[in-house]
Amino acid sequence: MAHSNIPLSKLLVNERGKVKDILLKGRIRRRLLDLGLITDTAIETLQKSPFGDPIAYLIRGTVIALRSEISSQILVEKV
Amino acid sequence: MDKYKQNNIDEHSLKIIKNESTDKIIALAGNPNVGKSTVFNGLTGLNQHTGNWPGKTVTIAQGNYRHKNKRFILVDLPGTYSLMANSVEEEVARDFICFGNPDVTVVIVDATCLERNLNLVLQTLEITNNVVVCVNLMDEARRKKIEIDLEKLSTELGVLVIGTSANKGKGLKELMTAVSKTAGNKKVNKTIIKYDNKIEEAVSKIEKQLNNILKNTVNARWLALRLIEGDDNLLRSIKKHLGFNRGNYKELIKMVADTKKGLHNEGFDSEVIRDKIVLNIVTKAEIISKKVLSFKSKEYNVQDRKIDKYLTSKLYGIPIMIGLLGIVFYITLIGANIPSGILAYGLFWLEDRLSDFFIWLGTPSWVHGILVLGMYRTLAWVVAVMLPPMAIFFPLFSILEDSGYLPRVAFNLDNLFKKACACGKQALTMCMGFGCNAAGIIGCRIIDSPRERLIAIITNNFVPCNGRFPTLIAVITMFFSGFIMSPLQPLISTFILTGIIVLGVIMTLFISKLLSKTILKGIPSTFTLELPPYRKPQFGKVIVRSIFDRTLFVLGRAVAIAAPAGLIIWIMANIKINNINILTHSANLLHPVAYLMGLDGYILIAFILGFPANEIVIPIIIMSYMSTGNILELDSLLALKSLLVNHGWTWLTAICVMLFSLMHWPCGTTCWTIKKETQSFKWTFVSFLVPTIVGIITCLVVANLVRLLGLV
Repeated sequence: MAHSNIPLSKLLVNERGKVKDILLKGRIRRRLLDLGLITDTAIETLQKSPFGDPIAYLIRGTVIALRSEISSQILVEKV
Repeated sequence: MDKYKQNNIDEHSLKIIKNESTDKIIALAGNPNVGKSTVFNGLTGLNQHTGNWPGKTVTIAQGNYRHKNKRFILVDLPGTYSLMANSVEEEVARDFICFGNPDVTVVIVDATCLERNLNLVLQTLEITNNVVVCVNLMDEARRKKIEIDLEKLSTELGVLVIGTSANKGKGLKELMTAVSKTAGNKKVNKTIIKYDNKIEEAVSKIEKQLNNILKNTVNARWLALRLIEGDDNLLRSIKKHLGFNRGNYKELIKMVADTKKGLHNEGFDSEVIRDKIVLNIVTKAEIISKKVLSFKSKEYNVQDRKIDKYLTSKLYGIPIMIGLLGIVFYITLIGANIPSGILAYGLFWLEDRLSDFFIWLGTPSWVHGILVLGMYRTLAWVVAVMLPPMAIFFPLFSILEDSGYLPRVAFNLDNLFKKACACGKQALTMCMGFGCNAAGIIGCRIIDSPRERLIAIITNNFVPCNGRFPTLIAVITMFFSGFIMSPLQPLISTFILTGIIVLGVIMTLFISKLLSKTILKGIPSTFTLELPPYRKPQFGKVIVRSIFDRTLFVLGRAVAIAAPAGLIIWIMANIKINNINILTHSANLLHPVAYLMGLDGYILIAFILGFPANEIVIPIIIMSYMSTGNILELDSLLALKSLLVNHGWTWLTAICVMLFSLMHWPCGTTCWTIKKETQSFKWTFVSFLVPTIVGIITCLVVANLVRLLGLV
């Protein structure tokens, strides 16, 4: 199953996924956890910003924008 | 209502000073952007500025209200997503709830995204049971067809839950009653969430020892939890606030270290424990919200997404942003023209009457000079030139602010800030600078990385504030748009003003990058940016607030400084050495440098005298010119223009004045704020120097290039 996980940054607009792993450590990891981003949390790519990065995601009913440095370190399973 | 005080909490001891022993202390906590400030204002009647963007409240505000003859002291904590102390704001909020000993903590949550907000509620409940949950924005939730069973939520959480729509004042009475009821409750420590057995074992061990020392003053279970997940800041806070003796403290540290080592050996290092704790809280929040929430329509936020598709799209995002800015300016420019003229006419009519009055009184001419020609005339110019554009611009800007558009600006521009190695939130602090640079600099507290915060502080001055807009608008109106001679002219001036602002943003980015590559080296840090739901601005309130809070405040400041400045100018213009007045002497001294920059000596003096407040730059220029002969009947902006032209102004002078206004030293208040925020003379000096040097160089290049090409 592990090979079907892709980085969140590769999830296209309007695609949905489930969070499988967060490879980040420290403060930013804690921040993401506080936003409710834990294993199996549903996530949807909403919208790219005009320059393509950051990208806005729907997480538990809130819209959160993440830069690619972060979203590439979050592994999701496409659903 | 008692007087509004800010920061009168001793940050080191977190003690609130009570007037009477029966006063109750109420902490107000909540996620960013849930209407905390609106609830605070609703309860206390204070007008704390509110806006639809995260991280607005970065200082602790305090206010009072009375309910049934009891006084309640309300402490508005910074907006936070959690109490895990990931940032300064979170640490402040947590320390206050935990160690500040509030009688009640009111957690305000957003009805339109309850689940995420419950996270904070549950964390607060782990600290104290004296909590009231205030579910705000109920009207908005209803509109989005989200239904919340408040009674069930109250049962699930075991505390009172009140639904409010604070912007309409709905539910605030009930909230007061609930707070009053809860304030009488005895504090008991309840277990809200059970964690893994391993964690629970470790917690109960430490909890026991803590209970021995603390004698139930603080929730020991909660403290123990934080200690084993490795929150080292908390150890410091405990030492600071709880008066441990040295022996006890050492013993505690040793025990925590041993327990952590034990857990670590079983594969529970800090990161894992932390993950597990958060997992439990988030899961609990999910379960509760499933029980109490029902969505009548699945697509409750579909409209927001549609708007975002345009406002942040690749194709339209940036053009719409610049376009919106342009529209705001266009309306301001068109709208300000006529009232400015009327005000000037009226105020100068009054000046003539005042002069008549002084002549009739038979006062010496110097008294008339100082009071009427010096002070009154400068005041009149400040009011006539500044009041109309401000009274139009601020409400328009507040409407944008209220609607939730500004975080989209940050979203749109983030990539540019990333390339400048700066924080994306700098776009937000930049927008705050539009209101007031000092406010923008305080706002920089939302940036966690010290390096990026300094960059944001140093470059904040590149967006023109309240005080500088009128200068720009007046110059543009006089030199580029004329007086409604052609319908195209306001468009041209809008174009110029928008261009100036865009230049300011470009300079912000360029200088940020330059700083990142030189004295503030580093790579951009990570951050998350929330895009809040759009809200319909409350037009009535926006207009009232922006006129009273901003327009009159800024005008008041300008007037307070304009009067003495007018006095100084009049004196300088009337004391003569070698038959030439001091003003002219000084202007002549500065003139060679000023000329190279496309200005003249008087203009440079005006900028220097404008250090206390930028608002008075144009009035000082006018006063200087008028005091050196050429007494004109200045009853319109047209007459004003001919005064300037008579003193050698060309379109190049106008351009250079605008450029220098955009880029020169921060005003006195801003410098003082920078010193306070950075705690460093060095960085205050850098913040003073950077925009000044950039401005001088820009003016030098533009002026000499234009002259070289023979365009003037």
